[in-house]
Amino acid sequence: MSVKDKVIAIIAEQAVLEPSDVTLDSTLESLGIDSLGLVESIFAIEEEFDISVPFNANDPSESDFDISTVASIVSGIEKLMVEQKGSV
Amino acid sequence: MKRVVITGAGTINALGHSVADTMEAMREGRCGIGPLEFQDVDRLAIRIGGQVRGFEAEGRYNRQQMSLYDRFTQFTLAAAKEAITQSGLTFSGELSAKSGVVLGTAGGGVSTWDANYRSVYEEGKNRVHPFVVPKLMNNAAASHVSMEYNLKGPSFTVSTACASSNHAMAQAFQMVRTGMAPAMVTGGSESMLCFGGVKAWEGLRVMSRDACRPFSANRNGMVQGEGAGIFVFEEMEHARRRGADILCEVAGFAMSSDASDIVMPSKNGAARAMIGALADARVNRDEVGYINAHGTGTTANDKTECAAVADVFGPHADKLMISSTKSMHGHLIGGTGAVELLACIMALRDGVIAPTIGYEEPDPECALDVVPNEAREVSVDVVLSNAFAFGGMNAVLALRKVA
Repeated sequence: MSVKDKVIAIIAEQAVLEPSDVTLDSTLESLGIDSLGLVESIFAIEEEFDISVPFNANDPSESDFDISTVASIVSGIEKLMVEQKGSV
Repeated sequence: MKRVVITGAGTINALGHSVADTMEAMREGRCGIGPLEFQDVDRLAIRIGGQVRGFEAEGRYNRQQMSLYDRFTQFTLAAAKEAITQSGLTFSGELSAKSGVVLGTAGGGVSTWDANYRSVYEEGKNRVHPFVVPKLMNNAAASHVSMEYNLKGPSFTVSTACASSNHAMAQAFQMVRTGMAPAMVTGGSESMLCFGGVKAWEGLRVMSRDACRPFSANRNGMVQGEGAGIFVFEEMEHARRRGADILCEVAGFAMSSDASDIVMPSKNGAARAMIGALADARVNRDEVGYINAHGTGTTANDKTECAAVADVFGPHADKLMISSTKSMHGHLIGGTGAVELLACIMALRDGVIAPTIGYEEPDPECALDVVPNEAREVSVDVVLSNAFAFGGMNAVLALRKVA
């Protein structure tokens, strides 16, 4: 599975939706994921990709990790994988 | 209904090993938060906390006691000794039979759990010390205080996360007020500053990596502390008859449950607890001069708490002072309300309002007088102490100056 497909699977599970209901321009809010769901999603992402995501729930918008859409999460993960593991 | 006063106070926390040292640090706006020191701290992302330093349990307690006292019990006994000594009470006869001890803790013997899990999981040992269970149980500290001071009345432990101490003190207050007990030892303690304890909190992503800055626009989370605060609550006439030094009166309390979210705070739940405490104490809102805030330094708590204060107090909200001493000693979780009660006593007795340190930028969502960075000398007659726990369980105490 590609990074994108894995992220969609994680987010779909969190939102209790089918992966086909989650698109790259979906926002977490539009999928009904609240702040607890967000923290759980970040945890699942770290576990799945074996990376550390800089994220502070006190101010998600100021964290280095852009969570505004599924697409931004995917590119954020790819960037972190390059930084932390040398490749995607 | 009897009136209830405080005749003894004791503490140990990151600011000091006594009430006098802690109040001096609060007056000076000193920060007790620093780099954490314990095994495997290098595997944590969060490496700061309000750790108690220079506390040598080995010299204080004998070998048999050490095998039974988790760090949260050690802290409790040190603080209880100071409080009960100050009160001048000796528990014997009917006083012993009726007086008890009600304490708060969220985690109990966390470092005992941590050390023994490490031993069986990581080190592969198949045997643990025989006293692991009596050492880690949440009521261990209350039990040891009862044994040490002959307290044979109602005794138990309350666990409501960050409101544990306030809920415990509320129970003790109620027992003295109704005449069930002439005196109660109460307060709380916590010691979660070990690898497993901090790792668990780290997972929630609400901890700051650099400082606790309550109400400041650039706040970025809470910082954990450890320690204990213990008090002697006594029926006022009982205290007066024996000529005890009265620190202040416990005038009222209220509890509420948000019944909404397991971690997000509720303005309504917080407001209802404050309104209830004022009504129970029969004080008007404009009599309140100071509020010791829950003030965790998280985005959510601080703005919700300020909004609740603005709702409850109306125009008076702009006149009262509200500060969070967690900026100095960290968040003691189940013990936090007890240590913070010292700031309330200092306000009523000494007319010194403890500051919110680390305050750097005003936040329009926390637009109250948060006593930034420097203590202030102001005489106040009535104060509140707020505690709002995860799980939406709130407990607010009202205290009054005794002439």
